[in-house]
Amino acid sequence: MSRPAEGIPEPRHRLGLAALAGRGRETAVGGEDGPCGPDVVGGLAAAWAEAVAGTSYVSMSRSEIEQHLAGLTRQLVTALLAEPFDPTPARQVGAAMVAAHFTGTETLNRTVALLATELPARLGLFRDGCQGPVVERVAAVQGALAAGYAEALRQRTLDEQEAISQAVFVARDQTEQALRASEARFRAVFAEAAIGIGVGDMAGRILEANASLLEMMGYSLEELRQRNVRDFMHPEDAASVWRLYDELVHGQRDHFRVEKRFFRSDGEVIWTHLTVSLIRDDRGHPTYQVAMIEDVTDRHLLQERLRYQALHDPLTGLPNRALFLDRLSRAFETGGRDGRVGLCYLDLDGFKVINDSLGHDVGDQLLVAVGQRLDACVSAPGRLVARIGGDEFIILVERSGSTQDVVVIADHVLAALEAPIRVGEHELAVSASIGLVERPVHGTTPADVMRDADITLYWAKSDGKAKWALFDPERNAREVARFTLSATMPAAIERGEFYLDYQPLVRLSDGQLVGAEALVRWRHPEFGLLAPDRFIGLAEETGQIVPLGRWVLREACRQARLWQDRFGQRAPFISVNLAVRQSRDPSLVADVAKVLAETGVEPGRLQLELTESAVMGTADEPLDALRALSAMGVRIAIDDFGTGYSNLAYLRHLPVHELKIAGSFVEGLRASAADGSHVVDARIVGTLVSLAHALGLGVTAEGVETEAQARRLDDIGCDSGQGWYFARPGPPDQITRLLS
Amino acid sequence: MDRPDWAPGDIDLARPSAARVYDYYLGGSHNFAVDRELAEQAIALWPDLPLIMRANRAFLRRAVRFCLDSGIRQFLDLGSGIPTVGNVHEVARAVDPDARVVYVDSDPVAVIHSRAILDGDERTAVVHGDLRDPAAVLSSAEARRLLDPDEPVALLMVAVLHFVPDADDPAGIVSRYAKEMAPGSCLVLSHATHEGQPQHAGPHQRLYARTSTPLRMRSHAEVTALFDGFELVDPGLVLLTQWRPDPTDEPDEHPERFSGYAGVGRKP
Repeated sequence: MSRPAEGIPEPRHRLGLAALAGRGRETAVGGEDGPCGPDVVGGLAAAWAEAVAGTSYVSMSRSEIEQHLAGLTRQLVTALLAEPFDPTPARQVGAAMVAAHFTGTETLNRTVALLATELPARLGLFRDGCQGPVVERVAAVQGALAAGYAEALRQRTLDEQEAISQAVFVARDQTEQALRASEARFRAVFAEAAIGIGVGDMAGRILEANASLLEMMGYSLEELRQRNVRDFMHPEDAASVWRLYDELVHGQRDHFRVEKRFFRSDGEVIWTHLTVSLIRDDRGHPTYQVAMIEDVTDRHLLQERLRYQALHDPLTGLPNRALFLDRLSRAFETGGRDGRVGLCYLDLDGFKVINDSLGHDVGDQLLVAVGQRLDACVSAPGRLVARIGGDEFIILVERSGSTQDVVVIADHVLAALEAPIRVGEHELAVSASIGLVERPVHGTTPADVMRDADITLYWAKSDGKAKWALFDPERNAREVARFTLSATMPAAIERGEFYLDYQPLVRLSDGQLVGAEALVRWRHPEFGLLAPDRFIGLAEETGQIVPLGRWVLREACRQARLWQDRFGQRAPFISVNLAVRQSRDPSLVADVAKVLAETGVEPGRLQLELTESAVMGTADEPLDALRALSAMGVRIAIDDFGTGYSNLAYLRHLPVHELKIAGSFVEGLRASAADGSHVVDARIVGTLVSLAHALGLGVTAEGVETEAQARRLDDIGCDSGQGWYFARPGPPDQITRLLS
Repeated sequence: MDRPDWAPGDIDLARPSAARVYDYYLGGSHNFAVDRELAEQAIALWPDLPLIMRANRAFLRRAVRFCLDSGIRQFLDLGSGIPTVGNVHEVARAVDPDARVVYVDSDPVAVIHSRAILDGDERTAVVHGDLRDPAAVLSSAEARRLLDPDEPVALLMVAVLHFVPDADDPAGIVSRYAKEMAPGSCLVLSHATHEGQPQHAGPHQRLYARTSTPLRMRSHAEVTALFDGFELVDPGLVLLTQWRPDPTDEPDEHPERFSGYAGVGRKP
């Protein structure tokens, strides 16, 4: 910037120059006391600093500012006094001010004012009266400084604006890059997602769909875009699906999740998990809807199949036990106070034979055929046919009107099974037994009716097959009691609930007591005193007779020993009944021997009573046992002789010592019988006695109730008698008293 | 991860930025019409504001010099804003050319601009971060590169904590930085206050609510509490112009005009 400032006239310039040059010669510029000396410059700088204090922000302390301005002042003074005069350096001073951040407008104002007054005054330029050229030079310096200042400030402003704009640009660019990267990631998530994603507007128009969704639905994006969400309504959608959808598009809900069916473009149905979310704009207005759809068709079908399998019998396809029980429970839940329910519990007769003889394949096909017939003749709303295992089927009548309803069904079923069933080359005649239960649901339970149907089916079977039986509560109660007795018997033996009564056996010729029959009694804690007919048959069925009989034998022998000790030779023999099952017990002989040994009873004082059937027509083993007992010295008596089919010829080969003639023959010996039957009975009894005596056997008559009977029996030659005439069964003391 | 330093949407030129408004107060041109409009409105409400801002900037300069005189050679300037005249590194370099400075700001434009200015300067760095997350700031690559945790450091929180609401626990933030600082470190803090100029404070706070950084002025006691764990050096917590003025400065007759407290604390 060496060229002169424009607009300053040359002649004036020169004039001023001369005046200043004169002063310049007197006082050396830059000398100690010259215009550029520290005093002048320092003073000016201090005044300048004072003038601009607080008008701009500069990063300097007050003394640093003065120092900085001193440098600028020196430049200004030099420029003002320079010959030839050139104000250009003042431009640099203006620029330097801006560089130091003296950028406030007030700073320039005060600086320009200061240059007009303080600068010439402190340089003493006004003393010579030649103010004209000085004013012109000062004005030129002011102008140059202001121009330099303006130019620098403009440049600085532009630079800073440029810099900040550039920063914004870069920042935005980076943000955009980040956005693009993030958008690319989200787009990849959308595009590559395995789950179907679709975007729609609030009117339900489909805007976007990813590849998974297109593949799932079998449409192209263009095809999908021409559709509305509502086009995907499926007739079997739950009503809630579209209610939720309406709530969503009305902004009342932000998302929902349902299981929903869709038709693919090829008409195939797919099952999906559908999640729809509402997208709102910044102000919260619903803007888009996003659907995420997962194809769960395979899972659904599998689930359906598993559920079907769980509730159906794979062989016949009929509902299985689980489904039946479920429906039965439901019938109870919905039955209320007046509802009734009926069950037909059905079991094929002789199925095991078919299965065993013709093979399981045939058996299975037979079951399938039976299932079909049952289904055909029974299934109807409110009726369910189920196979609940093996060859057992059950028919549930959910709201039966009366017992007659199940009876009609049972007759139907029996009729339907009458025609033979063809399986392969076999014509199979089948029949079924059916147990029926029909009753109000109130006051009973599913478990109760199932149990009762099971019992009733058993009755139908045991009553003879191919028929139905209806549940009978009284019969059931009896059976329950029997069951209770048999179940409690083992514990009853241990607890000592059984005891023995004894009935005397009397010699007819002289009325002497010769023996006593032990009769078992049960003092039941619940049912009271029980006679043998209430529990002996049951004990035989269950096998409990063996331990019970063993107990009776031991107890009777224990008593016999007491009498033996007390009465010696006058002591009665003891007679103990032996059930059929006991007589076949392999350990019988050993048991008897052991009891005799333990109690010390002479074998001849023990008599075992067996029925005819137990002795006759049996295999060899029991006979062997009887022979062994006989050999041991134990007496064997045949009880109730004459009521069975005794092989008289065979009798002579048996190890028997005594016959006990059944009370029914003895009854005919009553004196007053008018029809003369007593004559016949007397002859029979006489023949029996003769026969027995011929075989060397003793004879005891049972059921002797009158003196006349006793006398006649004695007349006939019968050895002993037993009955109420002599004594009723009683405690052992009774025998003791009679002997004493 | 290629996560950007800031979340998209940070740059909203429709909203004034405190950093650019501050630049305008100091006479800079690193600002836009919306910034200048806010600044002019603020000045109309409170004509002394430019003075206050300059006083604050002058305090920063004096405090940095004080730290340098105390032997500190590394600086962490939180909320550094737009680099304008009298930046920390310029002040520090005048004393020791090896002084290191880490600038931290949350304004992406300020950060980009700072990086452009400081490009190639190995001893300065700019972290785009939130001063409310000390762990993130201190574990940034820049802080770990330039700041030696075993050496005293000057933590500069100059005219910045009034942008941190009580809910963000400013004292807790300070103490989390302090925990990581070596003994002899300094906390340089200035803070806007409503005390002295209550008639201006309310409208001013409301005005700043329009920026991305609303203002929370605090009392002398509240600001003193921020120095918990530090020993305030003389003259304690005072008005901006009263903190160790330059010897040649004229005594200010109305220091209460400068509605900001300033102080320097030293970690024992």
